[in-house]
Amino acid sequence: MEFELTPEQQQVRDLVREFATQEIAPGAGERDEHEELPLDIVKKLGELGICGVPIPEEHGGLGADAVTWALVIEELGRADASVAVTVSVASGLAAGMIARYGSTEQRQRWLPPIAAGEMLAGFGLTEPGSGSDAAALRTKARLDAGSWVIDGSKSFITNSGTPITGFVVVACRTGDDAGANGVSTIVVPADAPGFSVGAPYRKLGWRSSDTHELSFEGCRVPEDHLLGERGRGLAQCLAALDDGRISIAALSVGLAQGCLDASVRYAKDREAFGRPIGNYEAIAFKLADMRAAIEASRLLTYRAAWLKDRGQPYTTEAAIAKLRASETAVDVAREAIQVHGGYGYTEEFPVARAYRDAKVLEIGEGTSEILRLVIARDLGLQPQV
Amino acid sequence: MNIVVLTKWVPEPEGTPTIGEDGLLVREGADGGLDPGDEYGLEAALQLVEAAGDGEITLLTMGPEIAQAALQRGLAMGAHKGVRITDESLRGADSLVTARVLAAAIKRQPFDLVIGGVESTDGYTGIVPAAIAELLGLPGLTFARELHLSDGTLTIERQTAAGYDVVVAPLPIVITVTAGATEPRYPSLKGVMAAKSKPVETLTLSDLGLSGDDVTPTQTVAEVTDAPPKQGGETVEFDDTTAARIADVLAEAKVI
Ligand SMILES: Cc1cc2nc3c(=O)[nH]c(=O)nc-3n(C[C@H](O)[C@H](O)[C@H](O)COP(=O)(O)OP(=O)(O)OC[C@H]3O[C@@H](n4cnc5c(N)ncnc54)[C@H](O)[C@@H]3O)c2cc1C
Repeated sequence: MEFELTPEQQQVRDLVREFATQEIAPGAGERDEHEELPLDIVKKLGELGICGVPIPEEHGGLGADAVTWALVIEELGRADASVAVTVSVASGLAAGMIARYGSTEQRQRWLPPIAAGEMLAGFGLTEPGSGSDAAALRTKARLDAGSWVIDGSKSFITNSGTPITGFVVVACRTGDDAGANGVSTIVVPADAPGFSVGAPYRKLGWRSSDTHELSFEGCRVPEDHLLGERGRGLAQCLAALDDGRISIAALSVGLAQGCLDASVRYAKDREAFGRPIGNYEAIAFKLADMRAAIEASRLLTYRAAWLKDRGQPYTTEAAIAKLRASETAVDVAREAIQVHGGYGYTEEFPVARAYRDAKVLEIGEGTSEILRLVIARDLGLQPQV
Repeated sequence: MNIVVLTKWVPEPEGTPTIGEDGLLVREGADGGLDPGDEYGLEAALQLVEAAGDGEITLLTMGPEIAQAALQRGLAMGAHKGVRITDESLRGADSLVTARVLAAAIKRQPFDLVIGGVESTDGYTGIVPAAIAELLGLPGLTFARELHLSDGTLTIERQTAAGYDVVVAPLPIVITVTAGATEPRYPSLKGVMAAKSKPVETLTLSDLGLSGDDVTPTQTVAEVTDAPPKQGGETVEFDDTTAARIADVLAEAKVI
């Protein structure tokens, strides 16, 4: 057993931490207030090579391992959850689908601009009528004269309507099979005719990340935009979500760590009844519990990533990491506000934003309930769905 | 074009450094890295080389093993190679000794430009670059807040208290660059990875043809004491005379 990061992993983490602390964290509150996606930061992250960390070297990335990618998302999440999810969805989920299932042509077209931070991309699975029950999706695609013609809609699609959105990977029903085997994924370029992006959602958190409902009305894309094998779409998406769950777990760990750092600082500084509040057991033990929960979540997250790097199964471990880390993030953010008292309830301190940003971690890429289902099934149980 | 950038490892500028019993800074095991003041000069060097389309940047440092971290940072930012001079007898070196050692190392190879920061973030003497210029018999152009190179001539805007002077000199020269001159880049991840395979030469005093006499400090630390605690100051009660009293205080302090 080995708990030490490699020198490369440490260097990547240190660089992302330095950049995130100096360049991302300071404006996070203001961007949240104005729901402003920082394209300049995305560009900069591209220039530094951070957007390319999981993308293969031959396509302009670093081709780094899953542990390194988790470290990147953790550090981004510590500074600004919205930036972290933006990069995680583009370079992780969307680019990951292309890297894993794309043809050489698709890889050459879509991966280098994402690695460079010049393009964002989305992953479109959820629909107005189907979220957790992804196999119930209804968006349809049929072949007509060498093109896919897509009709339907998608909900809550991250990165789908930014000025630099290049494409969305869209899960569609392409067969007569009404179940899981009738689904395929298609790369829909942002400028495809018949593809339209709805107004942005007004969200509780992740406010400077970009989320829209999408509609497809006779949307035409060339036949070769099919990703991988026809009929394998749902399996592809679920595999991508295993990776996505490691990222959300890492984001949760980072967010919680940011809350702990802020709380410790505050507890040493703020005085009540003649001494720093951190010298009261009620506060000190709260901080100790926060730390213990964060470190447990971090180890679970790194382990899931490490299993992936070793080529071993990690579906259950990714679910466990995401479940524990996201619930820890919500708990820690809530208690961080408690430590800050009334000031924590204001937007003057970053913990209020963290609390708002944390909640969706228990929802996206598998709700806590669905994750418990995955874990229970691995115990050999068949809970009622 | 060959540029030598003076590079120093300093303790974490926001931390509290540890002073040893001999009155010298304890570097081993401390948090720290490349002096932020040196990054401006390195950035200027990178921009000059990028604009010229060719050239080589050599980082030069004097310091123990830990100084390697400063070199790695500079190499990750884009410098081409590093030279580190280390020698037991250099412990406690003062500004003159440092300048002699660095000048001897600079002379080993042809160069066009030596760039340093205005002063280091730990010692703050601000003497070394000018002393190097003197030892090399070259013009020393200090406090550059902007620089332009054309046809082997460097023109700088030299920051002064009142504004700036324009100073022109033909290469080779020694310059120092202020914090306002450039915005240092972050190293890219590829830069960080590439830095590991860039050459770093480690030299001792004898490699430079220097002996113990050349590096005997002319300045030694006799004692280190804490700065006196701040005095309480004066509280001025608010009444009709307050404004006048504040004006007097400011006048006494020669602020107004
Ligand atoms: C900000 C944001 C960004 C998002 N980005 C994307 C994106 O980029 N791409 C994308 O495809 N999706 C995205 N989503 C959608 C997200 O993945 C879904 O919201 C999530 O999967 C849950 O689906 P749902 O909202 O339809 O809820 P539902 O599935 O309707 O669930 C409602 C509740 O019922 C529970 N539930 C459902 N089924 C069961 C069951 N069998 N047993 C017990 N409990 C159950 C759920 O856990 C939940 O508590 C995003 C969502 C948000 C909020």
